[in-house]
Parts: sequence; C-alpha cells; structure tokens
Amino acid sequence: MLILAGITSYGAYIPLFRLGEGTAGWSGGLERAVAGFDEDSITMAAAAAVDCLRGADRKEVDGLYFATTTAPYLEKQGAAVIAEAADLRSDIFTVDFANSLRSGTAALKAALDAVRAGSAGNVLVAAADLRIPQPRSEFEPLFGDGAAAVMVGSENVIAEIEWTYSLTHEIHDLWRPAGEVFVRSSEDRFATDEGYSEVIPRAVAGLMERSGLKQDDFACLVLYGQDARKHRQMAARLGFGAGTRVQDPLFNKVGNTGAASVLMTLAAALEESRPGDRILLAGYGDGADAFALRVTGEIEKIGVRRGVRGHLKSKKIIGDYLTYAKWRGLIDIAPPVRRPPLDPPSPAALHRERDQNIRLYGVKCNKCGCLQYPPQRVCTRCQARDDFTPVRFSDRRATLFTYSMDYLGPTPDPPLVVCFIDFEGGGRMACTMTDRDVAEVKVGMPLEMSFRRLHTVAGIHNYYWKCIPSRD
Amino acid sequence: MPGIRDRVAVVGMGCTRFGEHWHKSAEDLMVEAAYEAYRDAGIGPGDIQAAWLGFNYAFGTARGTMLSHALKLDYIPVTRVENACCTATDAFRNACYAVAAGIYDLVLVLGVEKLKDAGVSGLPVSYAPIWGSRVEPPAPAPVQFAMAATRYFHHYGLSYEEGKRTLAKIAVKNHRNGSLNPKAHFQKEITVEQVIKAPIVASPLGLFDCCGVSDGAAAAVITTPERAKMMRDDYILVKGLGLSCGSKQAVLQDDYDMVHFEETVAAAGTAYQEAGIKNPREEIDLAVVHDCFTITELLIYEDLGFSPRGRAKEDIDSGFFELDGGLPVNTDGGLKCFGHPVGASGLRMIYEVYKQLQGKAGARQVKKANIGLTHNLGGWPGHFTCAVAIFGRRE
Repeated sequence: MLILAGITSYGAYIPLFRLGEGTAGWSGGLERAVAGFDEDSITMAAAAAVDCLRGADRKEVDGLYFATTTAPYLEKQGAAVIAEAADLRSDIFTVDFANSLRSGTAALKAALDAVRAGSAGNVLVAAADLRIPQPRSEFEPLFGDGAAAVMVGSENVIAEIEWTYSLTHEIHDLWRPAGEVFVRSSEDRFATDEGYSEVIPRAVAGLMERSGLKQDDFACLVLYGQDARKHRQMAARLGFGAGTRVQDPLFNKVGNTGAASVLMTLAAALEESRPGDRILLAGYGDGADAFALRVTGEIEKIGVRRGVRGHLKSKKIIGDYLTYAKWRGLIDIAPPVRRPPLDPPSPAALHRERDQNIRLYGVKCNKCGCLQYPPQRVCTRCQARDDFTPVRFSDRRATLFTYSMDYLGPTPDPPLVVCFIDFEGGGRMACTMTDRDVAEVKVGMPLEMSFRRLHTVAGIHNYYWKCIPSRD
Repeated sequence: MPGIRDRVAVVGMGCTRFGEHWHKSAEDLMVEAAYEAYRDAGIGPGDIQAAWLGFNYAFGTARGTMLSHALKLDYIPVTRVENACCTATDAFRNACYAVAAGIYDLVLVLGVEKLKDAGVSGLPVSYAPIWGSRVEPPAPAPVQFAMAATRYFHHYGLSYEEGKRTLAKIAVKNHRNGSLNPKAHFQKEITVEQVIKAPIVASPLGLFDCCGVSDGAAAAVITTPERAKMMRDDYILVKGLGLSCGSKQAVLQDDYDMVHFEETVAAAGTAYQEAGIKNPREEIDLAVVHDCFTITELLIYEDLGFSPRGRAKEDIDSGFFELDGGLPVNTDGGLKCFGHPVGASGLRMIYEVYKQLQGKAGARQVKKANIGLTHNLGGWPGHFTCAVAIFGRRE
C-alpha cells in the first residue's frame, strides 16, 4: 500500500515584463513574459518557491528539486542557491533536474517517489526556464520566461497523485549543445510526428491502462504543448469530452516557459479546481511523464498566494525590442560613462555572508529591540554586544524612504534606482530597485523584496535582494 | 580639556591652481604648493621638523616618503594621512596636535591629489571594500547625496522644481565666486536656468549640482603662537578643531531622517566649544564648506547652525551666503568651482580662510573677516567623516 501523497501547495512566478503589442520592433503578436535583465532561472525558481511556501513552515521542508534547461551554472548547483534564498534548512536533499523540457515533471515524479518511500516528508519542486530564442527565429514568438513550484508531501494534500506513467523517447526534435545559447530544431513535421504526437498519446494511454481510469473521469487536462496549435490539436486528439476542461497553457499571455511550462499550467488548474476534481497532467521532452491527480477538500483551506492568477494581474510592456536585446545580452552596449571594470566579489566573503545576502537575514537586538540590516556585532542603538536574534527580511513588505536615480550607473536598465527602504515592523536597508517604472518611483511607495542576480564577474553570478514596487 | 584654541598658528600657506593638470605630476603639484608656503612663511625646507601628507586615492602605493622624495625632506618624520574628503584637514589636525603637544615647533602639512591620470570620469573609486561580497548598491557619491536631496524635498514639502531651483542658486553663487578666483578650476559664471536644465547625473542632482574632479595641492606651515610672533604680524590662529565619524546610523537606524548629517553637527559642536562660539550665524564671518554637491552645502547651512532647520531656502533666496551677504560661504568658489582634488581640498579651504583673514583675498575679499570656518565631509550619509576647523586673526 502506497503512502497517500501528492501536492500540498503550489506557487508561481511570472516576470513583470512582456514583449507584445506596444513593443516597437516586435512582431510576435501574442504577449510573451520576459525576465528582467537581472533575473535567471535560479531567481525565478526562488520566487516561485517562496510563493509556494506562503503559510508553510519552512523548517518542515526536507528537499528542494530545481528543474531547468537554462541553469546559470553548469557546475554548481542551482537548488542550493534556491534553498538558501527560500531560507530552508541545510540538512535537506537538494538536486538539479536538467537538460530536458521534461525536467519539471521528472522532478515532480522524483519528489513523489521520495515522499512515498518515506525518505522525505515534504519536497519542494521549483521549475524555471529562461530560454533565449534566436532573434527572428520560429521560437521568438513562442518562448516565455517564468517559474512554477509545487510542494509534494503526505499531509494536508490538496491534490493526491494517484497514478503515474513515464516513458523515455530518444529523438532530436529540439536540442541545444553545450556552449550554445539558442535552441536548435529538426524539421517541424518530423519533430512533431515522431516526437510530441507520438509520445503524448502513448503516455496518456499508458496511464489510463495502469489506472483503469477513463477520459470521462478527468475534470481537467493539463497538457504540455510546444505552441498553441499543437496543444489544441493534441487535446482534441486525446479523446476528452466536453466535461473535461483543457487548461489554458498561457501561450497568449506568458509563452512556453520550457521546463516550468506544464507545472505553471498545473498551478493555474489548481487555482480553479474544486474538491473531487481529477486532473490529468502530461509533461513532454525526450519522453513523457503522465500523472493522475485527485483534488481533495484541503484545497479549500489553502492560504492566499500570488500564483498564476495573481502574477498575471501586473505587467509592463517593454517599450522597444532594443531594450529586450540589451537585457538578454544579444547586443553589447557601451557603458554610460568611462568606469573601471567591476572587481569580482570574494568567494570567501560571499560564503561568510550567505545568511545576510542570500537569506536576507538581519538581526533584532535582544536588549533594545532595534531591527538592523545587515547583522552587526555591536548594536547600532544600545551598543549591546553579540546579543541578537536573526530576522528574515526577504518576505517583509517595505516602503521607500528615499532614492536617487543614477543616470550614469552601471546597469543595462538605466537609470539605476538606489534606495533606502524601511521594512514593515522595523529595519532599514540600502538596496537598488528593479522592475520599476521611472515615472512611478516616489517616496512612500509600497515595496516588496525580490531575489535577483546583481551582476556576473569572473564567472560568479552574484545573487542578492532588490526591492520592487509591490505587485499586489 | 583645554582644547586647541590659540595654541597653534599658521604662518605660511601655498596652493596650486586646481584643474586638469595634464602636464603636471603629483610631484610637480607638491613642489609648487610647498614652495609657495615656504616663501610665504619665510622659511626653507631645512627648517621643517616634521611633515604630514594628505593623499587619498593611493590604493596602497603611497607613504610619507612620497612627500619626502618630492621635497627632499631628508630623514625627518613624515606621516601620510588618508581620511576620505577630510584627508587634508585631518592631516592638518594631527600636525596641530603635535605642535600643541610641544613635540615640534615648525611643521609642514601638505595635501595633494592627482585624479585626472586615472583615465575615468568622476572619482576612481571601487564600489565596495576590496575583497568584499560586492552586494552593496553601486552608489557613488552623487547618488548618496542625491538621496538626501530627495528626502529633504519630501520632508519639507518642496516640489521637485522648487528644490532644483533652490539648489541651483547655490551652484550659481559658487560659480560667481569662482569667477573671481584665478586659482579656481572653473572660472565662469552660470545661470539658474543652466543649472536646472543640465543633464541629470543622479536625480535630482544635475551636472552643475556636482563639484569638479581636479588635480591640485595645498600646503600649510604651522608653528606655535610664540614663534609665529617672530615670523610675521598677520599669522592666523587655530581656534577650534572637530572631527566626527558616523557608524552607518543612516542605514542601520530606521528613524534617521536623512535631512541632516549628524557628523557635521558633532564636529561643529566640538570646534565651536573649543573656539567659544555660541551663535555661529552671528559670530562666524565666512565659511568654506564641503559643497561636493549643492544639496550638501544646503544641509551644511543647517547643520552648522547658520540657518534654522528647514529654512536654508529662505537664506539662499535672500542672498545671505553671497559674497556681500551676512555670512559669505565658499568665497573661493568652493569644491564646485575651485575643484576637488580630494586629498588637498581641506588645505585649500584653510588657504582661502587664511587669505581672507589676512585681507589678501583680492576681488573676493569679504568686508569683515575675523573668524573663518572650514568644513569637510567625506564618505556616505550615516558613515561620514566630518572635519570642522575654525580660525581667527591674532587678537
């Protein structure tokens, strides 16, 4: 008898920016979510993970699985950074699932197996992708950036995973060799006929056979698709009736988010689900993973999160394609003024400061109660020595105390907005503001914190927190 | 504590023209400043018993020997001081204390900076401590001070346009003063409209809200009042010295208002106490202060007690700080126009006060000049080093 296990929470992250109508020099038609210049798959996965952790006890998480095809490091684990940013325990199992669009569902399957086997109580799966399409390629109107996360556990399950079925399938339909930036593809009819169209029906049939379930048993179909047309055709072909809702894969709002795509669609499906709903989830890439999930009464108790719906409420259209090209490094622009190159950070200092930089820990003085960031040895107010309690600021809201916009500052998105912010409940931080509209920046504006890549020097991606205008 | 009042005298000073000295090295600048000071004091290099060198942007390459070598100060002690924009004033302060302590009775203080060889615009600064994690905002000086301007406008309800116009008047005043000074880096007058329309560097500060980045050197010869009497009639006495260092309060404490800089208040408090000054607005005849940015000069007016809190604008609008006003400030053009070779600036300020108190300031001579003040501010809000020095004519 298997342990009852499944999804206990979900979260998502969709970047603020879009290529779309209104972007000069962009002819892609539909909107496509675009990561900011300071985002990558690690930062987006961290944001989705934190969204998924709302209301959860972060100490109860026993594993973090990160899925992506666009890992910022080829040697150095992304999951370790995300677990730190999400302020999880250190005695947990972290692993990266990579190299396949199916890595998101692969991580979900592995998390399920770990929970069922009793080796972990709760495993957080965070999938993210930032695939850069070659300019003017067939992929440019399709690819979007984003992340999704689900927690897998055996208590307070909101969607039990009843059955799974996986198969592997060796084919060159999409690929990207080591050292290259852009996805390559084979001739479309071959790729579709012998890849997606071949594998998904077999996986769904396999799941039905194994489970004894039929199409009519499913209230919702969450199906990976490369684009809207192929997705629509496949959904029709799989034989689901009018009683089954085909979950919108968000191609017209977000784009295909690679390894995160089908999990983001699942998060959107859960937002609309009712107890008793059965969901069929099918992920694709070098094979397929199919899951049968059954939504429980716990879904009605799940707390507020931003999820897909909440993230879609805020967006900004990028003004011109050139800006996008700068952000993605597709063109190399001169800095605003002559400055010496940035010195690399010290790995020893990064390591020493990981709690304050990655977990965004400050301290509260046990003597006088003063909250301060970064952590100090001697209290700034009462001079008490080494008598502090750590405080996590990353999930606190803040307001803008003061700022300046630096028009000569080193950023691909000038002006650089440098701020002093005051946290709700106390504490102040000097940081930069990102995802901002210059016209909207004003003293007192509500802010939240966002995990970002500050810069990359000497191959070191320096991650840290910035403030962003509140997305609520 | 007895303090420094009337225990040390300045008997000679020198200052190069500040500017972009493409044809002069740091050594050239040091020699020019020192020999003007020797001539002014009527001494030669052999009379110097000890020296202090202010030089900020050394990146580990400079020692006291840099000055020994340039001036051939054979085998006497030379100490290099580096303390941000207070470098020269702090070198001066340490030299004063050595004379007041009775260790020496004739010493040289020299500040120099050669910024324009760095090959970059602005100051050749690293953004964070060497080998740090480099996560702090890359916020050079204009940004840091601009944040105070943003908050000041907000705090006192000035619109962006009102704030810009108020700050612009400070730049216009300093350019007018600089135009009267043959040693200033910039010697052209500008208009309020020019300042307001200039490109933004770090909002709300535009190009003309920012001081010049320059090469230059300045020097002082210091002695005891007893020996000074034998050297010249118009020597100048040190009346008070204050130095204050912040400990990042502005960032660590969420109730720090950012519309004043406590380091200035503290350093001035020490200097005023030593000098016996109760009402600076009335008792000080001229001040040469650290106008690295226009907003800095505005805050200094209030922090030094020249203007009541929040009311500097009224004094700016009434011309109180103009050359012919009640309390002329930056009579030599200030950092804005005289320029800012960081390690030399404090001594350049003292040079101006020295000349004004001697009545030798030429076209920019103020009518009443008995007590003069200099002020430096180095670093970031909440983390400043501030130096204030007060000088008086011999009684």
